[in-house]
Amino acid sequence: MAIMLDENSKVIVQGFTGHIGTFHATEMIEYGTNIVGGVTPGKGGTKHLDRPVFNTMKEAVAATGANASIVFIPPPFAADGIMEAADSGIKFCVAITDGIPAQDMIRVKRYMRRYRADAKMVLTGPNCAGSISPGKCMMGIMPGHIYMPGPIGIVGRSGTLGYEAASQMKKLGIGVSTSIGIGGDPINGSSFRDHLEHFENDPETKAVVMIGEIGGPQEADAARWAKENMKKPLIGYVAGLTAPKGRRMGHAGAIISATGESAAEKVEILQECGVHVVPNPSSFGEVVAKILEKDS
Amino acid sequence: MDIHEYQAKEILSKYGVPIAAGGLAYSPEQAVYRTSEIGGEVWVVKAQIHSGARGKAGGIKVCKTENEVYEAANDLLGKKLVTHQTGEQGKICNRLYIEAGCNIDREIYLAFVLDRAKEQVTVVSSAEGGMEIEVLAVKKPESIIKIPVEPAVGMQAFQARELAFALNLDKTQINQAVTTFLGCYRAMRDLDANMVEINPLVVTKEGQLLAVDAKMGFDDNALFRHPNIAELRDKSQEDPREMRAADRGLSYVGLDGNIGCIINGAGLAMATMDMIKHAGGEPANFLDIGGGASAERTAKAFNLVLSDSNVETILVNIFAGINRCDWIAEGVVQAVKSIDLKVPLIVRLSGTNVEQGRKILEDSGLPLIMAETLKEAADKAVAAWKEATGK
Repeated sequence: MAIMLDENSKVIVQGFTGHIGTFHATEMIEYGTNIVGGVTPGKGGTKHLDRPVFNTMKEAVAATGANASIVFIPPPFAADGIMEAADSGIKFCVAITDGIPAQDMIRVKRYMRRYRADAKMVLTGPNCAGSISPGKCMMGIMPGHIYMPGPIGIVGRSGTLGYEAASQMKKLGIGVSTSIGIGGDPINGSSFRDHLEHFENDPETKAVVMIGEIGGPQEADAARWAKENMKKPLIGYVAGLTAPKGRRMGHAGAIISATGESAAEKVEILQECGVHVVPNPSSFGEVVAKILEKDS
Repeated sequence: MDIHEYQAKEILSKYGVPIAAGGLAYSPEQAVYRTSEIGGEVWVVKAQIHSGARGKAGGIKVCKTENEVYEAANDLLGKKLVTHQTGEQGKICNRLYIEAGCNIDREIYLAFVLDRAKEQVTVVSSAEGGMEIEVLAVKKPESIIKIPVEPAVGMQAFQARELAFALNLDKTQINQAVTTFLGCYRAMRDLDANMVEINPLVVTKEGQLLAVDAKMGFDDNALFRHPNIAELRDKSQEDPREMRAADRGLSYVGLDGNIGCIINGAGLAMATMDMIKHAGGEPANFLDIGGGASAERTAKAFNLVLSDSNVETILVNIFAGINRCDWIAEGVVQAVKSIDLKVPLIVRLSGTNVEQGRKILEDSGLPLIMAETLKEAADKAVAAWKEATGK
């Protein structure tokens, strides 16, 4: 088992024929992801990377039985593409695109509320590196080889910091069930809390690593939820100890604009909620290893 | 992107927000001329800088004669104003806004913000205006009124009315208030603003509403569809280093420390800075050079970091995902050879083809210090900095 994506995922690439879509679709196919086709409006009926191209998501889903999609559409049109995926019956969508206007994302989130719980799409991102269930399916732009299969769930906002954590664990022989990137934007598809719940219900996952950063309320919300509802150990880290208030640190969402949004404040809440806080970003591996040892 | 008060007022008045008569001035003579255009007998000379709390910094002067206006303008133009929002380096005032004075009866706080938790626009208001919202939240939290706006239909007139009554406005002011509130919301939605703040929104002794100060911030990601807003950018108000970085596609934030950072990925950049702090050092900057760290981009990053005279050591930390360590190592070698590097350089590579990358760095003959882990890199950087500077 894994969460969100596995060997049964049939993936459509939205923005398939552009150079970014082409490059990463090739990487994903090499990894073994079942890419069943792509959508580029106006190029329907052609073939790309030996796979069919469709004009619309509904056509693509009808022809291939796809249940997942990954979005490489440029920012002005990406929100529209995400809503198209939601309306076509896709169950899991990864939005890689960086630079989607915040108000577009507000509209996307409002639009997605129209579906019944069982027909709802789970969106991750935008502005993320994607997600991977090692050995089963990779939907993203990460280097697949740094992840080995195993019992740890990872959910994080940052791409490269997630790689850092995964490779520290790999060095100690610890693998990953699924790693989910929720992205660095202020309004994103799904939250830390959403995925903690998925990991809590996944029998293969034994512990979860949550990699947060400054800005927004999501890390604290997730920690409070975990305190009440989670039995599996939760390991947490919040990047941005040295970040000054009111300055955007790269990610659109990495900005301290209200009380409770700094790294120090979030770490305090995490600790109060019983989260195992990683003291520095060089010790993800050690902390996880210790917790696994204690558990077994 | 932030804009000036006068620009925000110009936009908001088109959406029905009441503002006092006023005009822009680039010289004391122009400022005096504005007073004759505006009329009346009290004028306010306001420094246009991208910061709040201008009053405390001496950037707002109430004048009763043309002479006073001339003197105030003469004093403020070209002056560096330091507020708690600008930081020590302050911001230079190149433009003035001359506005008709008014008789203030009471002050209201009004803001429209993107609420990250609720994923919608929220109206934040208080009958206790004039203070900053952070102060208000501490001193009078019970006075803060929050109204969520349903994104599918936008702000409704009844919500604006509820707010107007909650603020204890007189019944003769309700319609004007509703127009003001709905106008702010429409401006925010239409123009992809991420913040509209009117503080204070004043009720005059004559019973009129007036936006005495106005601030708007815009979503950088949405500027592509608002060329008219993008034009309002005032580069003189931005940190020159950050601006240069942005023009080169790099993401940079200058800080006060001495260890310059060159890193790929925003999260890893923040984490590396944390690590430097843990090791007893202070980072000089945040710098994310992005995924495709080419030789050219790496060289630009070096030049940018070294343009900060406080930088006494450089730490490069790259996790090669899609790109490869050997490419990055070549980029670092080329970059260092092309500049005359006088400070210690610590390089930590990780990820794809890391062995080849390290070999290229070792074989280059450059006096750089290699590190394997994040911790080792930070420790070595701080140690090298201490050794080089004797601090």
